[in-house]
Amino acid sequence: MKSQITNRMATVLISVCAGLMALIMIALVGYIFYQGLGHVTWHFLTTVASTFQVGGGIKDQLWNSFYLLIVTMIFTTPLGIAGGIYLSEYAKPNRVTGFIRSCVEVLASLPSIVVGLFGMLVFVNTFHWGYSILSGAVALTIFNLPVIVRVTEDALRSVPVALKEASFGLGVGQWYTIKNVLLPAAFPGILTGIILSAGRVFGESAALLFTAGLTSPDLDFKNWSPFAFDSPLNPLRSAETLSVHIYSVNTVAIVKDAPQVAAASAAVLALFVLIFNLSARGLGAWIQKRMSGKS
Amino acid sequence: MQTLVDVKEVYSTEGLSLWYDKKQALKDVNVSIFEKQVTAIIGPSGCGKSTFLKTLNRMVELEPKITIKGRISYRGNNLYDKHYPVEQLRHRVGMVFQKANPFPKSIYNNIAFGPRLRGIKNKQLLNEIVERSLKQAALWDEVRDKLNQDANRLSGGQQQRLCLARCLAVDPDVILMDEPTSALDPIATAKVEELVHQLKQQYSIIIVTHNMEQAKRVSDQTAFFLNGELIEQRKTSELFAKPFHKETADYISGRFG
Ligand SMILES: Nc1ncnc2c1ncn2[C@@H]1O[C@H](COP(=O)(O)OP(=O)(O)OP(=O)(O)O)[C@@H](O)[C@H]1O
Ligand SMILES: [Mg+2]
Repeated sequence: MKSQITNRMATVLISVCAGLMALIMIALVGYIFYQGLGHVTWHFLTTVASTFQVGGGIKDQLWNSFYLLIVTMIFTTPLGIAGGIYLSEYAKPNRVTGFIRSCVEVLASLPSIVVGLFGMLVFVNTFHWGYSILSGAVALTIFNLPVIVRVTEDALRSVPVALKEASFGLGVGQWYTIKNVLLPAAFPGILTGIILSAGRVFGESAALLFTAGLTSPDLDFKNWSPFAFDSPLNPLRSAETLSVHIYSVNTVAIVKDAPQVAAASAAVLALFVLIFNLSARGLGAWIQKRMSGKS
Repeated sequence: MQTLVDVKEVYSTEGLSLWYDKKQALKDVNVSIFEKQVTAIIGPSGCGKSTFLKTLNRMVELEPKITIKGRISYRGNNLYDKHYPVEQLRHRVGMVFQKANPFPKSIYNNIAFGPRLRGIKNKQLLNEIVERSLKQAALWDEVRDKLNQDANRLSGGQQQRLCLARCLAVDPDVILMDEPTSALDPIATAKVEELVHQLKQQYSIIIVTHNMEQAKRVSDQTAFFLNGELIEQRKTSELFAKPFHKETADYISGRFG
C-alpha cells in the first residue's frame, strides 16, 4: 500500500516538473514571438542595420550568423567525429585516455565568455587575425568541438556490441567495421547531436563579442571574392552576428526603434534555433527509419 | 578407435589455458577437432564453453586483460603466433552467436557484406553468392521476394539462419556455433539442426549446446567441459553410452548443471 502511495506521489511530482518545464519554454518563446514577430517583415530581413536611422534591418547579421555557423561546422564536424571515434574505438582504457576525456569535459563546460576572451588574446591579438570570421569560428570551435566529440563517442558506444562482434567475426577489419557498421548505426544520434549543437553555435554571443567583433562592414552581396574587404565571404573581416546584434542594439544603439529591432531580432534568432531543434528530432527519426529499411 | 578411419584434424589444442584478468577460465585443455564432423561442446554454465569457442577464431582477444598459454593449431599453423593473419582466420572460421545479430541493413546487404569486403563488386556474382548462401541456410524460399527488407524484421529463427548464411557467404572452412538454438522454438531449432546435419558435408562444425539431446542428434564428437577443464572428448555415441568419468556420467544424466 505504502509503496503505491509513494509511487503515485513521485509520478505526480515528476509530471508537475515536466509540465512546468514545458510551460516555461512555451511562455518564453511565446513572449519573444509576441514581442518580436510583429516587426519581422521581409524588409526587416533584407535591409542593412542602421545605427542612427529608424527602419534598420538585419540582413548582414543574418548572413554573418549563417556564414559563421557553416565555417564553424566545417571545422568542428570532421575533427569532432574523428575524436569521438578515437575515444570510443581506439583509445585504450588507461590514464591518458581518462585525462583526454576529462579535458573534453572541462572544455565543454567552460563559460563561453572565457573562450571569447581567450580567443581575443590568442587569435585576435597574438595571431593578428583581428576581429574576424576566422577568429570567431575558431573560438566557436573550441566551444563546440567537445560537444561533438561527446555526442559521437556516446552514439558509437550505444551501438550494440553484438554488431561489432558480427563484423569482426566475419574477418572484417576495425576500420572497415567502424565505417560500414558502427558509423551507419550511430549516424542518427551523431546527426541529431550536430544539429542541436548548431543551434547553440547559432545563438552564441559571448564567445563572439571579442572575436568576431561588434561591427561588420556594409557587405557587398555582388562581390563574392573572398579577398575583398566587404565581400560576404571574406573570412578576415569582422562580423557581427544576430545574437551579438541583439546585445549591441540593447546596450549601445541610439536609434528610436532599437527596442523593436532587438525584439524582432530575438524572434528571428529564437525561430531559427527552434527550427534547428525540431529538425534535429525529425531528421534523426526519419533517417533511422530509412536506414533500417534500405542500405 | 577413432584412428581407424582416415580423418584429418582441423584444430588441435595443447595445454591451452586462458585467464580473464586473474580468473582462470580454461585449464590445460587438449582437444582435437576433426574435419567435416560436428563436434559438440557440452558442460554446465560457466565452464568455459564460449571462451573455448572464441579462442578458436581469436575473438576472445576482444575482451580486455586476457592471458593465453599453450598452443592451438589450425590446419597445422599455430594460431597464437604473433604474425598469424587474424582477419584471414576469421574468414575461414565463421561464427554464429547465441543471439542472432544481423546488421541493421537489408537481408541482401547482410549477406553481401563479407564478400564485398573481400573486394567482390560484380553485381551478378554477388547475387549468386547471396542466393547460394541463403539456399544453403534454407532461408531462400522464405525471403526471395523481400531481399531488400530490413533483416531485423525477420523472425528469430529466420534471423539465426540469416546469420548462418552471412557466415557461409565468405566461404568458410569451419563454423563455430555458440548455442545457436537456445533462443528458438522447437520448429526453428529442428530446422537449424537439420542444416547442421547437411552442412557437415562441406564444413567442420563446432557447436556449443546445453541440450544433451541436441548433442546426441547432431554431433559426431562430444567434448565435456567442467570448470574450465576438458573432462573427456570422444565419439558422441560412446560418450553418452558409457562415459569414462563419473563427472560426465553425472552431467549427462542430469544430476547437476
Ligand atoms: N569477459 C569476461 N571477463 C571476465 N570473466 C569472464 C568473461 N567472460 C567469461 N568469463 C568467466 O569465464 C568463465 C567461463 O565463461 P564462459 O562464457 O566461457 O562460460 P560458458 O560455458 O559459455 O557458460 P554459459 O553456458 O553460461 O554460456 C565464467 O566463469 C565467466 O564468469
Ligand atoms: Mg556461453
